[in-house]
Amino acid sequence: MNDPYDHRPAIQFRNVSYRLDTGYELLRGLNLEVQRGETLVLLGRSGSGKTTTLKLINRLLVQSEGEIHVDGRSIREWDVIRLRRMTGYVIQEVGLFPHFTVARNIGVVPQIEGWPADRIQNRVRELLHLVGLEPQLASRYPRELSGGQRQRVGVARALAADPEFLLMDEPFGALDPITRAELQREFLALQQRLGKTVVFVTHDLREALLLGTRIALMEAGQLVATHTPAEFMHSTDPLVAAYVDAFDTNLNAGFKRGPS
Amino acid sequence: MNVLQFIIQNRTEVLELTAEHLWLVGASIVLAVLIGIPLGILITRWPVLNKPVLGGANIIQTIPSLALFGFLLPAPWIGARADRLAILALTLYALLPLIRNTYTGIKGVDRAVVEAGRGMGMTDRQLLWQVEFPLALGVIIAGIRVAAVISIGLATIAAAIGAGGLGEYIFRGLAMVNNQVILAGAIPAASLAILADVSLGWLEKRLSPH
Repeated sequence: MNDPYDHRPAIQFRNVSYRLDTGYELLRGLNLEVQRGETLVLLGRSGSGKTTTLKLINRLLVQSEGEIHVDGRSIREWDVIRLRRMTGYVIQEVGLFPHFTVARNIGVVPQIEGWPADRIQNRVRELLHLVGLEPQLASRYPRELSGGQRQRVGVARALAADPEFLLMDEPFGALDPITRAELQREFLALQQRLGKTVVFVTHDLREALLLGTRIALMEAGQLVATHTPAEFMHSTDPLVAAYVDAFDTNLNAGFKRGPS
Repeated sequence: MNVLQFIIQNRTEVLELTAEHLWLVGASIVLAVLIGIPLGILITRWPVLNKPVLGGANIIQTIPSLALFGFLLPAPWIGARADRLAILALTLYALLPLIRNTYTGIKGVDRAVVEAGRGMGMTDRQLLWQVEFPLALGVIIAGIRVAAVISIGLATIAAAIGAGGLGEYIFRGLAMVNNQVILAGAIPAASLAILADVSLGWLEKRLSPH
């Protein structure tokens, strides 16, 4: 699956545009490559087209123009169900099934893939451990969990069938700062072990710098630039610099307002 | 002679009419469930059909019950027996709450949950039966509950075309200008309605997620 000699990009956007039925353009002329095993962060403010880009990859949305290739094959040639099952998907609202226990939630993809029950059970146990959840949580319902636990279940569910790709849409966005930092650290450790190809959407620069191998800054439906975290901080591109500045100012302003 | 005494004295007849009443209501609700729920699901999949289906069911609701019984009278196999006719009419009336609640129940399922299911590669059928339908079940049962209560009331009118049921007493009492006879039909019918409401309400609560 993660063949180190395979140098084709795992995911490739060529001149992709996405328009609403009303003609409004959410994404324009996007060119982007995601390498195997990297974590590409799509960074940008609300409405910049990050989530749209992400949803084009698992075809929850279909591009109006251009080509998207996954594993070297045009996305139009993929069986959409297959494509989605080999692509883990984590969203901010988690979207856990409220009527399923934690175990059933995690085991959803293996179950629809027709795995035998005992194999699913083993896999669920393994995943609970992997994302740092107690095994006895397996029989609980999502409403009985904390926000952080729910998000861990969401990650475990996305990983269940060992997908090649992982699409994460602000997965830690709704968490308190401490839980968020904890999950970010765990994500890094996990990613070091699993080496999945990850596309991660966030508007948080700090999160992008921490988690990304590369950062793609988006603005008003277009890709501004793609940089490694180090390059990003020192970029002279006005839009990139503006993003970095905005974050610095926020941090400093928060400091100064503190104990006076 | 008070109502209770009348009912006790005529208990075999009261029970018979109650059984007839339940047959009319039960059969029509089962039919309405078998037709209404699939139709409700259908219009979540083909939004084009939404307006005609809900509009049609709405129009049926506006037809006065006696008129509807009259309209259906010339129908070939159905018009031959009064109870068939009554069951068909009651089924038609029960359709609206069933279609509408199935539709709104499924449409009301949390978008994030549906999107997560789709994003994980559930087929439309898997999404429907594993996610949307179970989560909409409480709302759908609420529709059955409304339909059942309405049907129990409407079924009393069926006596006017000779389909039997507790309406027999009501019409007989009206003709005799005898309140006790009217109440001997009305009280059991009302009790049935309350019973249906309470028991389906309990079921609705049990089957609702949360």
